[in-house]
Amino acid sequence: MLLSFLPIPDQASTQAVSVDTLFLVFTALVVFFTVLVCVVLIIFSIKYTRGTKADRSNPLDGSLKLEIMWSVIPLFLAIGAFGWASHVYFEMVHPPADAMEIHVVGRQWMWKIQHPTGQREINELHVPVGRPVKLTMTSQDVIHSFFIPAFRVKQDVVPGTYSQLWFEATKPGTYHLFCAEYCGTEHSRMIGSVVVMEPQAYEEWLQSGTTSESMVAAGERLFRDKGCSGCHAGTSSVRAPILNGVYGGPVPLDDGSVVTADDMYMRDSILLPKKQVAAGFKPIMPTYQGQLSEEELFQLIAYIKTLK
Amino acid sequence: MSSEALTHPAEPAKHASAGDNYLTNGFSLKSWLLTLDHKRIGILYLISVSVFFVIGGLAASLIRLELITPAGDVLSHETYNKMFTVHGVVMVFFFLVPSIPAVLGNFLIPLMIGARDLAFPRLNLLSWYIYIVGGLFTLTVALTGGIDTGWTFYTPYSSMFSNTYVAMAAVGVFITGFSSILTGLNFIVTIHKMRAPGLTWFRLPLFVWAHYATSLIMILGTPVLASTVALVAVERVFHIGVFDPALGGDPILFQHLFWFYSHPAVYIMILPAMGVISELISTFSRRPIFGYHFIAFSSIAIAAIGFLVWGHHLFVSGQSPYAGLVFSFITFLVAVPSAIKTFNWTATLYKSSISWDTPMIYAMGFMGLFLIGGLTGLYLAAIAIDIHVTDTYFVVAHFHYIMVGGAVMGYLGGMHYWWPKITGRMYPEGWAKISAVLIFAGFNLTFFPQFIVGYWGMPRRYHTYAAEFQVLNVMSTAGASVLGFAYAFPVFYFLWSLKYGKKAPSNPWGATGLEWQTPSPPPTTNFDEVPVVTEEPYHYPMLEPERV
Repeated sequence: MLLSFLPIPDQASTQAVSVDTLFLVFTALVVFFTVLVCVVLIIFSIKYTRGTKADRSNPLDGSLKLEIMWSVIPLFLAIGAFGWASHVYFEMVHPPADAMEIHVVGRQWMWKIQHPTGQREINELHVPVGRPVKLTMTSQDVIHSFFIPAFRVKQDVVPGTYSQLWFEATKPGTYHLFCAEYCGTEHSRMIGSVVVMEPQAYEEWLQSGTTSESMVAAGERLFRDKGCSGCHAGTSSVRAPILNGVYGGPVPLDDGSVVTADDMYMRDSILLPKKQVAAGFKPIMPTYQGQLSEEELFQLIAYIKTLK
Repeated sequence: MSSEALTHPAEPAKHASAGDNYLTNGFSLKSWLLTLDHKRIGILYLISVSVFFVIGGLAASLIRLELITPAGDVLSHETYNKMFTVHGVVMVFFFLVPSIPAVLGNFLIPLMIGARDLAFPRLNLLSWYIYIVGGLFTLTVALTGGIDTGWTFYTPYSSMFSNTYVAMAAVGVFITGFSSILTGLNFIVTIHKMRAPGLTWFRLPLFVWAHYATSLIMILGTPVLASTVALVAVERVFHIGVFDPALGGDPILFQHLFWFYSHPAVYIMILPAMGVISELISTFSRRPIFGYHFIAFSSIAIAAIGFLVWGHHLFVSGQSPYAGLVFSFITFLVAVPSAIKTFNWTATLYKSSISWDTPMIYAMGFMGLFLIGGLTGLYLAAIAIDIHVTDTYFVVAHFHYIMVGGAVMGYLGGMHYWWPKITGRMYPEGWAKISAVLIFAGFNLTFFPQFIVGYWGMPRRYHTYAAEFQVLNVMSTAGASVLGFAYAFPVFYFLWSLKYGKKAPSNPWGATGLEWQTPSPPPTTNFDEVPVVTEEPYHYPMLEPERV
């Protein structure tokens, strides 16, 4: 590559190229200003060292013109840099609608990953090249951060909430996966690798090994076993919301507000059912706090999403 | 007539011969430990922050030693984590925050404004005792088992998961905060109420302006830090849910509260250094500072804007992208007052007459390092880049360029500049120059490679790391060895100079400023008569330096 003499690490995602371009332009600006100031400093230093012959007549104590110039130029450059960087950021922040969703649970000190087909792995993430992948992540204990340097992506993984990160890998290979948020004793061992595969190879990998039930199937089983279906299935005698078609739509609450039924709403409704009560229903649902692991919550939500 | 008053340090001679000064005013331990003299309290701080600097430096040495190889072969995970925590906590709260304000500010502000002391001398002594109590708490923690949360104390790790002495360290930081608050309060009142006749706001040395801005941050920001670490301790000890989601708390709330103080705290560290640099550049170039008003107000602007940028530490925390944009934009704005300062300092040298004494070498070193430190802050203000480099060595390099390249260079430059005033002795110029150049070189060798290894993706706070990062880490450790060695120089020659240094005249640099009109070292009451100021600050060209 043209810029390969620069100390730029592997670029293996669509984001990597735009982030690096931005980085290089910033670097050009920084080098320009550093050199500018240093050259002027050095010239003045040599020219005006005490004892040297130099014209010191009519010195300047201040100049409004100069002050305005060196305030306004940096201001406009800063605004320009902000604008561009924010544009790049906004392209990175929203995952494409067709992104494949993979679930990640962080804990001291490992990454637990589950693919939609049910395939699980630890400290390794296999993904196909050329397909947007969205990670939905949470932590079982402290804050971690999912960092793939070659993709230029990083996202904190926070207990009690879901965070998202997406990327589209562009180059098959094996790349570092690091935990970037200090998480205790073996923080630096909370590492792994991301394996980017050709789509065909990824499909084969998914079929290999002992594939357990898919996430949706596991969620359906939990929905029955944990007693959810007792109230939330159409035939129940208890008055509870029927969950068909709920996901993604608006939910009117009993306090008059309306929320969107996203993953976080689902999670809260299971663990903190009194937090947001759907309008027209009594707050009678018990909490499932402590009865479901983070993985099981992901599976349940995956199943509820399929209810039409 | 009045300009005569400024330029003729006639009185001092009388005093110098009398040998009656603040250092000779009592030799007992009691006369030091119960002193109300701002100059002696400044010395107390000098000794204590130096001790903490050595402790923080030793921890840094162990960290760098461990990182020579990718494997963890010198320290265990636990010890390594405790070392970087001790390094961070001690350097930030017990060295950088108090260094320039509590040592040089304490000593010089009354002298610079023609006052006999700070407004509240007893409060000043109390600040030092509070600092010492907080410091002892923290040292006890470090010696009896340590703490492994990092200086940032992120929850819920710190509040619910760490098995180390977090609550006690939090108490130490909590207590020390009050020392900052009281010092800031003291400075603000002093600067408002105790200026000499004729010393209007725009005749104040820029060192005083910088400390005024710093003091504002200290009294507005530190209480938030105190309440935040108190909440961590409460959650830890009483299991009252504030930050831990398992108890119904919000872990990200901690980060907002912590950075609401700790980002402005960066300006607590750098603004006083900027004040020092303004004094040095003007004195050694024999020029009034270019754009005095712009430098003065840029300090206030940095202090004010500094309170609105904390969210740039949370770009990957899950904070709303729109909040992120606002924080990103305001962070970019900090570039403007920083640029104003840099350009004005540079312009001061135009048609000047520069003498290359050690303090000026530090000032030029500061300019170069602050430039790199400040400009690399722009990468971190840009969310798209910050996502990649946050929590990597890129950030470590950036803030060391500001805090060590900026604040410590400023502190050392100031120590050399005012050493004759403080002790009445000249330091050995040759040794001082060698060490200044070594510090500059060692610093760059230590921290520049960290920008690169950070962009390559090496996370910070990693005890073991991937093999491809080793070369740059070895360079960094080599630089740290030079740096550690160079830092030891001043300790020795400063101590040496106390006995063998040449006697300093009252104004060895031929500088303006009231502190140079009183003898070196100054008498206990600072001035025999209240000085009257009738001139603009930095009224150069001045008399040649007195022959040493």
